[in-house]
Amino acid sequence: MNTTSQNNIMVEVKNLKMYFPITRGLLQKKVGDIKAVDDVSFEIKKHETLGLVGESGCGKTTTGRCILRLYKPTSGEIIFDGKNISTLPESKIRPLRCSMGAIFQDPFGSLNPRQTAGSIVADPLKIHNIVKPSEVNDMVADLFRMVGLDPSMMDRVPHEFSGGQRQRLGVARALACKPALVVCDEPISALDVSIQAQIINLLEDLQEKLGLTYLFIAHDLSVVQHISNRVAVMYLGRIVEIADSDELYENPRHPYTQALLSAVPVPDPFIEETRQRIVLKGEVPSPANPPSGCHFHPRCQIAIPDCSQIRPELKDIGNGHRVACIRV
Amino acid sequence: MGNLLKVQDLKTYFKTDRGLVKAVDGVSFYLDEEEIIGVVGESGCGKSVTMLSVMQLVQSPPGKIMGGKVIFEGQDLLQFNPKGAEMRSIRGAKIAMIFQEPMTSLNPVLTICRQITESLELHLGMSGYAARERAIELLRLVGVPEPEKRIDDYPHQFSGGMRQRVMIAMALSCNPKILIADEPTTAVDVTTQAQLLELMKDMVTRFRSSLIIVTHNLGVVARYAQRIYVMYAGRVIESGAAKDLFKNPRHPYTSGLLKSVPRLGEKHGTRKLVPIEGLPPNLINMPATCAFLPRCAYKIKKCQEEPWPELRLAGDNHHFVSCYAELQEKL
Amino acid sequence: MAKEMGSVPSQTGAVTIPTAITAPRYSEWRRIARVFFGRKLSLIGFVLVMIWIVVAIFAPLIAPYDPLETHAKDTLAHPSAKYWLGTDSTGRDTFSRIVYGARTSLLIGFSAVFSSALVGTIMGLAAAYFGGWVFTIIMRITDALMALPGIILVLLIAGLAGGGIPVVIFALGFGGIAMQCRLMCGQSLSVKQNDYVMAARAIGMSNWRIMLTQIFPNAFPPLIVGITMGLGGVVLGEAGLSYLGIGVMPPTPSWGGMVNVGQGYLFSNPELSLAPGAALMTLVFGFNMAGDGLRDAIDPRLRGAF
Repeated sequence: MNTTSQNNIMVEVKNLKMYFPITRGLLQKKVGDIKAVDDVSFEIKKHETLGLVGESGCGKTTTGRCILRLYKPTSGEIIFDGKNISTLPESKIRPLRCSMGAIFQDPFGSLNPRQTAGSIVADPLKIHNIVKPSEVNDMVADLFRMVGLDPSMMDRVPHEFSGGQRQRLGVARALACKPALVVCDEPISALDVSIQAQIINLLEDLQEKLGLTYLFIAHDLSVVQHISNRVAVMYLGRIVEIADSDELYENPRHPYTQALLSAVPVPDPFIEETRQRIVLKGEVPSPANPPSGCHFHPRCQIAIPDCSQIRPELKDIGNGHRVACIRV
Repeated sequence: MGNLLKVQDLKTYFKTDRGLVKAVDGVSFYLDEEEIIGVVGESGCGKSVTMLSVMQLVQSPPGKIMGGKVIFEGQDLLQFNPKGAEMRSIRGAKIAMIFQEPMTSLNPVLTICRQITESLELHLGMSGYAARERAIELLRLVGVPEPEKRIDDYPHQFSGGMRQRVMIAMALSCNPKILIADEPTTAVDVTTQAQLLELMKDMVTRFRSSLIIVTHNLGVVARYAQRIYVMYAGRVIESGAAKDLFKNPRHPYTSGLLKSVPRLGEKHGTRKLVPIEGLPPNLINMPATCAFLPRCAYKIKKCQEEPWPELRLAGDNHHFVSCYAELQEKL
Repeated sequence: MAKEMGSVPSQTGAVTIPTAITAPRYSEWRRIARVFFGRKLSLIGFVLVMIWIVVAIFAPLIAPYDPLETHAKDTLAHPSAKYWLGTDSTGRDTFSRIVYGARTSLLIGFSAVFSSALVGTIMGLAAAYFGGWVFTIIMRITDALMALPGIILVLLIAGLAGGGIPVVIFALGFGGIAMQCRLMCGQSLSVKQNDYVMAARAIGMSNWRIMLTQIFPNAFPPLIVGITMGLGGVVLGEAGLSYLGIGVMPPTPSWGGMVNVGQGYLFSNPELSLAPGAALMTLVFGFNMAGDGLRDAIDPRLRGAF
């Protein structure tokens, strides 16, 4: 296998596991694990947008944070631009943070209310000494303009901006160091519908202009399909299907993906009338106590007895389309 | 035959320390028997406050219903004292509401049994045992597994989706004529959302009630609603049959929304979203002209001179729009 | 009133994005000040405290006599034009001692509270940020400190060390550390949950910088109220210690000490205890009212702003 910096892979995730211990009692004895990410492998190609989709508890946010090394993985490898960063100590990770940007979900919670907008965007520049102190202000002004904000608002504090503008600040901060990879964790879910499109377009335009690679984590399938080249679907800590965006929509093979797609309403009553609906039974189980074998089998319409015994591996069914289901 | 519910020119204002907020500024709509309608708009458009006003649940102060009529079963509900016996006999029994956040709308210190039977005893005069049996039956109906065992649990022992089902059970317990679902899909996952909406539709059909879905999600109303009202800055700016509205949106805001939302099924890279420029309106000290004016790409001279237009018939088929530059061509 | 800031063309093309802000420029502090001074009681409290601070600062200009100077011929004089509040048993002018007593009270009050706030804040911040054994150790220390009733602790320290201003400051300050630490830790833990702290880690900010620029400015404001109220308590505490004879030692003027000495002459020269008593009352009342008002002005805003 070539080293990843030679070919076109930006991030390679191999057998990533992130378990959070459940402790009980005065002495905090460990009684179990929450298997937030349970042996996940995938790759993100340079300059592409990989969408990571799933419902609450599926582990997509945790995966994103592991890649950003905001968590230290329990086991597995994360190879970023040729370098294995999964076991590096914090001190060695810090300089690398320049090449990884992060955009968070909550435009109200992701900006320090006590800092001015300009200083929030300037922080990465100062920390990594990207430019001379005298040039910081100019760079910040450029960044503001790049995301569509008026630089004269540099001295304002976050609560003087609207939700969409705050998210733009988040984008500016993420891009300050000219990163190669940007992990977007639900960047538009908390915004009004009429503002979401502005931010989606901004992200797309910037990707084209700066050659960025995105990991786009979201639960809204319509948005993910629109913005991503490829999509990975997660359920309870595992990837169940991964394929090109259009292929996933036209030819979903995993029963969960099919149900998920069918649950997303389309803003067109004519289409809605003719759509077949798959309504899942039951609820998402707790990640502390997942079902045996294939996690999805209790709710699956085509489950057979073997499904509760065997953990399905991601199988390549051609065209870059991989599915984790023994019935496929 | 008259409408089941007819709201005329409803106005609800809020006094804040920064000024007067006209949250609902002359809203009219109607609801017929066994009908599902959608009220669509973004945060701040006034849709939730409209429903709270219908139920007379507006916190006063700072809010106050300034005018209008809410005609239900031949009577104007706004004439009744919000805390009085008439409103209490209607709320929960004839008009029921399901709120967005089940965790904060369920009383954490009462069992589910108590919360459902309370309503049954109050409105239907059922006895303790009969009420309990009915409550168990309702839980079974809404898909709570092992209802006989779970009936005595507390809200925190249920998951988010289950709590919503419990709320639906509570809302349906007295067989209301109208069920209002306020942003029922915001706090839950997509698959749970599908389950809950299907459940609501089934229940409404089974009990022969009508349903008002209040949401910002265009897909949800496209799927379930027969008629739709689109709200912006406290007023209805377009209304009509769902199919008409989506095929032929006449108001620039409606058409703007439809063009700015990604659709499942569109091939990647084929359509660039067309966002609505600008920011959501500031409801304090609104000008007299159309509230959408600063963001409108179709404005004409008249829009800047005249006050906000009235709702007028556009085309045929009860399709109303509040716009001077009515979009004529299909978008 | 929305202010149009003008449009800024985005770098990517023809689309202009109006950047109007939705609210006029205002400062949070200005709003807090407006609410605070709008309330009568907090205004009164603030004025009272300010009066005493001015008195303390300008004591040499205000007091007609040296507070330590004895006038052997005029002991236990009643209030008169010469001695506005009379004299005590050694002939020292009561009015001057009240004036200089303000210095004692305020000096001790501010020193004790600020030093306990400083230590407590640093401990709480560290415990919250680092977690793990740092948290455990610090929490156990505060547990131990809080297990002893505050009064006993203060009495022990002051009694054992023999009194005097530095001892008093230490005793009163030491007792307050545990609470400040707990408060700060709680606030910091809750602030730590916010995404902006995680965002700071994501851009590579060092731990110290995160604590100082992200957590501290957001966790600290709720403590301001407690500190202001604490001032009143510490002033009373000092008075109590001095009254008991283990606080500020005579002849240094201290209101508590003066009350103690004055009670022996309660019927002949009531002003000897009433005057310092009244001074204490007004200062503590001032701190409490101001603290109350501050809490009301800050609290609801805090919930929204953070």
